Amino acid sequence: MNPEELLEIAERIVGWGRDGEQVEAVVGHSQETDVRVYNAEIESLSVAESQGVGVRVIANGRQGFAHAGTLDPDVLAETLAEARDNAVFGSPDEFFGLAEPDGVAKAELDLYNPALMDVSTELKIDLALELEQAVRAGDPRIVGVESADYGDAVSADAIATTSGIRSAGRETSCYLSAYSLASEGDETQTGFGFSVAREPSALDVGVAATDAVERATRMLGATQPPTERVTVVLDPYVTAQFLSIIGGTLSGEAVLKGRSLFADRLGEKVAAQTVTLVDDPTNPEAFTASDADGEGLATRRNLLVDSGQLGCFLHNSYTGRRSGGASTGSAVRGYASTPGVGCQALALTPGTQSPQELIAGVQNGVLVQGVAGLHSGVNPVSGDFSTGAEGLRIRNGELAEPIREITIASTLQRMLLDVQAVGSDLTWLPMSSAGVTLVVAEVTMSGT
Amino acid sequence: MIDESVVTETLAEALKTGGDFAEVFVEDRQSSSAVLDDGKVEELSSGRTRGAGIRVVVGDTTGFAHTSDLSPSGLARAARAAAAGARGGSGTTNVVGLRQVQAASPNKVGVLPETVAKGTKVDLLNRADDAARAAGAAITQVSASYADGRRRILVANSDGLLASDDQVRTRFAVSCVATADTGMQTGYESVGRPIGFELFEEYEVDALAQTAANRALTKLAARPAPSGAMPVVIGPGGGGVLFHEACGHGLEADLVAKQASVFRNRVGDQVAHSEVTLVDDGTMAREWGAFAIDDEGRPAQRNVLIQDGILTDYMWDLLRARKEGRHSSGNGRRQSYRHLPMVRMTNTYLANGSNTPADIIAGTDKGVYVAHLGGGQVNTATGDFVFGMTEAYLIENGQITEPIREGNLIGNGPEVLMGIEALGNDFAMGSPGTCGKDGQGVPVGDGTPTLRVAAMTIGGTAA
Repeated sequence: MNPEELLEIAERIVGWGRDGEQVEAVVGHSQETDVRVYNAEIESLSVAESQGVGVRVIANGRQGFAHAGTLDPDVLAETLAEARDNAVFGSPDEFFGLAEPDGVAKAELDLYNPALMDVSTELKIDLALELEQAVRAGDPRIVGVESADYGDAVSADAIATTSGIRSAGRETSCYLSAYSLASEGDETQTGFGFSVAREPSALDVGVAATDAVERATRMLGATQPPTERVTVVLDPYVTAQFLSIIGGTLSGEAVLKGRSLFADRLGEKVAAQTVTLVDDPTNPEAFTASDADGEGLATRRNLLVDSGQLGCFLHNSYTGRRSGGASTGSAVRGYASTPGVGCQALALTPGTQSPQELIAGVQNGVLVQGVAGLHSGVNPVSGDFSTGAEGLRIRNGELAEPIREITIASTLQRMLLDVQAVGSDLTWLPMSSAGVTLVVAEVTMSGT
Repeated sequence: MIDESVVTETLAEALKTGGDFAEVFVEDRQSSSAVLDDGKVEELSSGRTRGAGIRVVVGDTTGFAHTSDLSPSGLARAARAAAAGARGGSGTTNVVGLRQVQAASPNKVGVLPETVAKGTKVDLLNRADDAARAAGAAITQVSASYADGRRRILVANSDGLLASDDQVRTRFAVSCVATADTGMQTGYESVGRPIGFELFEEYEVDALAQTAANRALTKLAARPAPSGAMPVVIGPGGGGVLFHEACGHGLEADLVAKQASVFRNRVGDQVAHSEVTLVDDGTMAREWGAFAIDDEGRPAQRNVLIQDGILTDYMWDLLRARKEGRHSSGNGRRQSYRHLPMVRMTNTYLANGSNTPADIIAGTDKGVYVAHLGGGQVNTATGDFVFGMTEAYLIENGQITEPIREGNLIGNGPEVLMGIEALGNDFAMGSPGTCGKDGQGVPVGDGTPTLRVAAMTIGGTAA
């Protein structure tokens, strides 16, 4: 369905609002194709169409919400009725309210590429097969490809409110990804690689395959090193995951609810001079770019950390209003939930040195190529940071033996202050933060 | 949910262009949840999702399509899309007449959550908030959540299987922040069962809130966690996730078949201390991962994976079992009708040993006692796993002493299994969990008695 049809549905629901009632309707629709190949055969081919609606009602200072996984006309009215009934039971809050048009113009972004629609299923399958073949052929030690996937999606959404918001848009996306198995003797190691784009001809099979091969093979022979304090060089993909956690601590919701490390620190130095952190969903380079946020307001560039100094927090309409300011266009959500607050396209301003130059400057360190358990070992409230990791030793400025079964630990506060350099290799990834090589000193590496 | 005749027609449509196997999975899910945060009930939320997923298998290829349109024409359209995905086949397979599979649910639901007044659910949240804040002046923030869900499923396939289940789940969680001049700490506690609102006859939300608050308060005085390899004692219940990660995933037949498990070709081998028996049991009444049938229509089973230290079997779903000419072990599960099923755990636990927990602790000279674990993750191909310690203490000279701050614990599955040196007699199940695999989350349970592992690596910052 196109965005206009979805907006028409959202407007219809909003039109059913009663006097004294604020109503917001979010409508989404997507079409997806996923191909997985294994041993040069198609393992599965899925085609899917999904749609849904979420309705938020605010009445008498209370909020209620309901959602449904269909756009069936009968269900729309039921969903509104359910949200209305739910609103009776919430606590009153003077700051509840929908977004209101704020005059900020939407960025011109080209997120929809109709070329995707003309791509045959055969070509999609061929891309996945080609990727699997390329990974297998990449190194004799590659003994298997656990999965090689192609996926794409065309998604559209629309939002309308009784406060005058009207927003609709659509985008296309596709990806290739592979998980590889490398083996030597009794030992097996794994690696992954991927490529993302707006349409298939922009996908890079070579990059995805090379990464999958290299990540797995270079870990062969890895051992567990002794515990010591080292400088870590984070691979771009690891940095992006680290930034996502930092981004969460800068949410206005965390600040207002006493869950942010950085509450009361606006204007203070919270990071090394070299750290400038920007959330900018209007950047067309970002795969997560978007002209509108989850409440239908124009997205905008927010300077979170400026040369180490804490610049601002992110807000949706509720947290903006409650903190005495306004939304920063940072509402994030799907149709099945009320808007939260979050980063949409977070990136460090890149430095001048390439990853090779950065590694050359490290005497005793670790190149961290992968982390595990970030969701369990990092506490964004206390700042305790501990994660499982694997990678390569750095000795006298050169990459050395692979190591595994280590953890790296510090606190989020210390790590930001201990950033030594940001690489020049900014890479946009299929997640809400960008990757770049990052050098952090004084991290505890636990091993034997 | 839909007529048997429509199911039969849909299966026939799915196999019209050939194929070895076809399946229709229909799901009707309704949910309600309420969140309290910052002293206020933010909102009640309800959801309704209904749809069908259809798969067609031709050789090694599965075609899959799903739809929220449950009309005969909507289902037929999805069936054709799934058949097209399977890339056609040779010959036609007739759909065998459907036979209803009878499987009793291990879970008896007393009070359907949908019959409970919304105000009653909201009251639980306010009570939890009051109790948590009363636990100490240092408690500066409280969040509590209530959630219930009812999932009705129907599965039918071209082998003639027809089965259905009505799965109800109710869950409650409290999260607290405690603040002191040492910084902020968090504490969390949750309960959940595949039953209705009678969950709250078994658990007092006030007590849950106090437990969460105490976890946060205790950690205010916590020292940085140590770093390096040392003996680790895991408390009852809290350690189940260790075995879920350390070996559970590696015993899933789909990963084994793809050479992506360190446990491939190990059936019959001694893989753990001879006192170790590991079980995955979907029939375990009232536990979070229990159900009558799995998402392929197979009745839940109790499967012994490791018996007295010997690896006895893997866990199987329908497709992987068909290939091996055996039956599914009732482990074919999926997040929703929008997902393909795969091999998943249910309730995974380590059975009791013979030691007393007191002896296990007293016999540990220097190490870490983990009372409660957060989530974990494993690389099944290497066996390396990681999980978070959310409540842990130092053990010094055979005694539990000071609390330590949060950190990750890492190890290698096969090594940890062999490294279990003492197993307690105080078995307990842990908190309700959600297991993620290949982008799909399903509810699982886990449990252990107190146990000691000779060495695992603690990822702290202290020397």
